[in-house]
Amino acid sequence: MTLLSQIVFWFFVALTVVSAAVVVFHKRIIYSAFALLFAFFGVAVLYLFLHADFLAAAQVLIYVGGILTLVIFGVFLTAKITTLDIPQLTHQRFLALIPLVLLGLGIFLVFYTVPWPSVQPEITPTTQRIGELLLTRYLVPFELASVLLLAALVGAMRLARHFRQQEGD
Amino acid sequence: MLAIVLSILLAPLAAFALVIFFGRWLPRGGDWVSLIAIWGGLGLSLYLFFARILVAYNPTFLENFSFDWLVWGDYRLTVGIALDNMAVMMLVVVTLVSAVVHLFSIGYMKGDPRYSQFFAYLSFFSFSMLGLVLADNLLVIYAFWELVGLSSYLLIGFWYEKDSASDAGKKAFITNRVGDAGMLVGILLVFTVLGTMNLREITEGVAAGKLSGGLLTTAGICLFLGAVGKSAQFPLHVWLPDAMEGPTPVSALIHAATMVAAGVYLTARIFVILTVDASLVIAYVGGFTAIFAATIAVAQNDIKRVLAYSTVSQLGYMVMALGVGAYTAGFFHLVTHAMFKACLFLGSGSVIHALHHALHHAGSHADAQDLRNMGGLRKRMPLTFWTFLIATVALSGVPLTSGFISKDAILGGTLAFVMEHPVHWPLALFGFCAAALTAFYMFRLVYLAFAGTFRGSPQAESHLRESPAVITAPLIILSTLCFFAFFTLPALNPTTPEGGWFAHLFPNPPRAYETALSGEHAAVAGHGAEAATESLHHTAHNAAMLISILVAGLGIWIATLGYYWKRISPAYWQTRFGVLYRGMFHKWWSDEIYDATVIKGTLGFSRLLAWFDLRGIDGVVNGSAWLTRWASVVQGWFDLRVVDGLVNRAAWFVGVWGKFVRRFQSGQIQRYIFYSLLVVGIVVVLNWFGGLR
Amino acid sequence: MNSLTTYIIISIVLFLLGLLAMMTRKNAISVLMGVELILNSAGLAFVAFGRFVAGNLDGQTAALFIIIVAAAEAAVALAVFLNYYRLKATAEVDKADALRG
Repeated sequence: MTLLSQIVFWFFVALTVVSAAVVVFHKRIIYSAFALLFAFFGVAVLYLFLHADFLAAAQVLIYVGGILTLVIFGVFLTAKITTLDIPQLTHQRFLALIPLVLLGLGIFLVFYTVPWPSVQPEITPTTQRIGELLLTRYLVPFELASVLLLAALVGAMRLARHFRQQEGD
Repeated sequence: MLAIVLSILLAPLAAFALVIFFGRWLPRGGDWVSLIAIWGGLGLSLYLFFARILVAYNPTFLENFSFDWLVWGDYRLTVGIALDNMAVMMLVVVTLVSAVVHLFSIGYMKGDPRYSQFFAYLSFFSFSMLGLVLADNLLVIYAFWELVGLSSYLLIGFWYEKDSASDAGKKAFITNRVGDAGMLVGILLVFTVLGTMNLREITEGVAAGKLSGGLLTTAGICLFLGAVGKSAQFPLHVWLPDAMEGPTPVSALIHAATMVAAGVYLTARIFVILTVDASLVIAYVGGFTAIFAATIAVAQNDIKRVLAYSTVSQLGYMVMALGVGAYTAGFFHLVTHAMFKACLFLGSGSVIHALHHALHHAGSHADAQDLRNMGGLRKRMPLTFWTFLIATVALSGVPLTSGFISKDAILGGTLAFVMEHPVHWPLALFGFCAAALTAFYMFRLVYLAFAGTFRGSPQAESHLRESPAVITAPLIILSTLCFFAFFTLPALNPTTPEGGWFAHLFPNPPRAYETALSGEHAAVAGHGAEAATESLHHTAHNAAMLISILVAGLGIWIATLGYYWKRISPAYWQTRFGVLYRGMFHKWWSDEIYDATVIKGTLGFSRLLAWFDLRGIDGVVNGSAWLTRWASVVQGWFDLRVVDGLVNRAAWFVGVWGKFVRRFQSGQIQRYIFYSLLVVGIVVVLNWFGGLR
Repeated sequence: MNSLTTYIIISIVLFLLGLLAMMTRKNAISVLMGVELILNSAGLAFVAFGRFVAGNLDGQTAALFIIIVAAAEAAVALAVFLNYYRLKATAEVDKADALRG
């Protein structure tokens, strides 16, 4: 790769990781939420770098457009002024590092020791191909996914209604 | 013949059953039922006597009716009736005395609340006694023996409202039991060795030598023990005086003439198997009893007591006679004694009856039986007096009476025995001294009761009168029979029974065991009319006759001096021989001695056993209870501490562990995530390093 | 530097960060955000493997499905969370200790 692409690449990597760190560590939730936004964007760019154009678009659309919106709504709906200044990290913040380290180490080692085969696929637009795949090879998961979405939709509506009714009293 | 005998035996039993159950509803309480039964029995007995016995005139007359009751192996138990001269004689005696007593009781027991019950008991007694004399084996004799004892108990304690009467009944029965125990031992001994209880077979067995020596002597003595009890010999004499608590007819019938004679009868029945040693024991017991009881009779003030001790004494005579081998004399005395003693008792009954009546009307509560309250009754009750006197004369051994002959025969036999065996001189001494005393105390009795003046109130005296015919008729009958001639026919010798039917029918039987013993024994065994010492016997007899007349006369003379002519003061002599007098008066403290020894001993022993039961057995029970309690305490502790402890510890353990584990369940998800990730991380690392299989 | 390892490391880092957020943040929304991070890292890994190892579009398809599921899950999760907030009047995860034993 060219230098430019590398710089851009590493810039977005940094963006992603830093944003993720902010998500994890920042005191104020709203900042975490927005950092998450940037993390999502970062991942989307990384998808582009991996030649997953459709996926990148889907990522932005759904994650940023959908999920993040929901999260921000949740944050707004439940934010309290009093909770702003207390530390947002729990008591086990140091303890938690132990399994993290272990796990991280384990995963990495596993990855590292496996001789992955290496391929060089051709770079093509993926949208059409993914569409085809969804309706042929991945038809069942596709349908299941739609059912899942329906269930989630109904469930969320049901739960929210409950909430809405209470709110309305 | 069997039918006649059974009728005699069972009529009184039937009468008993009828009267005891239905007496209440029968007219006059059913006394006539008993009366008919017994007078009928008398009639039949007299028939048997005259028509069979006297006709046959056979000393060895015997009719036997028996059947096998129980047979197993070598043992046979037969039950039956042996009808020989003696049995028939006894039938006559028993039914005669019983019949007159029945008659007497109509007058004497008049007005008694349990009148019919009395007659029922009289009938029952008659049945028992008749059965006893008819039995041919020891087992049946024993059975009737006990029945007679039962009758005695019932009749002695007839007026059981009085404590003294019921106590006397018990005393009689219990004392008899002691003797009966010995008798049972004797019976069983004989049965074990000879395998039979039939008298005839026993005699045969002894004759064959199957039972001999010391064992035979023991058996004889044991059987005699029954007689000791029943005939009130020393030392089992204590019940007879107390038995006077019963109504006088009872005393006359049972305790003078018949039941007490049963012991003598039994001894006579086993006479043939008594060894020399056994006979000696019997003779001494009888002789001692004779003198012993006579001494006591001298000092008594109750009219019935005097007669009671007299009976004991006379029974001693009979027993002694049998002991020295004077079989005929002993049995003879039994019969004559029955007559005059019954007459004396009934006479005293007449006196008591009249005195009761008189004292009651005079409002006095004086003792109607105490001689000191009597006197001068001759004038008021002549019939009673004369019959009483006749009987007294017979008892005292005055010539021309039956009593003289019988007593003389005994004394003669005893003297002959002593002459042959001088070492046994106390027997003769006993006999003659007792004769003197007998005459003395009997005449004392007569004088105190009938002579002189009445010692009660004039008011009472005015109510004294002769008893009714039902009472006096028996007296007449009995006193008549005291005349000697009745027993000596066809001979008329007033001095000896020889030549008479009685001596003919009841000769001394030969002993059953071998006479091939040592010389001395052989001499004793062969004693009797058929012995080679015939002349000795005659000499002894004549000597005895003289001596007995002398001593009787002596006794009568002293009594007359003291109580009639009042030349000697009895009171003076009482104080002079104070100790002796007191001894005699207190019956030589027989009852007191028994009380201190036997009774207290038994009570002490039972107290000991009770203590043992209380401490020992209850101790064991309590101890086991304590042990159980202690054991349960231990168990309880164990259960509480150990078992519950284990359970509690387990629970505690679980609790502690649970509390520990609980801390991990905080409900906080992030914690859970942490834990699970921690484990996964560890597993991954371990896998990398160790390689999990 | 455009190798599999790079992407995988990035994925691991994102994963660990997400885990950290899940384990240590007090606010429930923060926990949800951690979950989203993890999902993203998974998707990234899938695509990377698809590109470098598989050579076909299986990786991308998988990542696509992840996105779909994540969306559904986020919706429901938020609904639950809002109910929780109504009930407890707080957004703190620690307070959800009704199952505390």
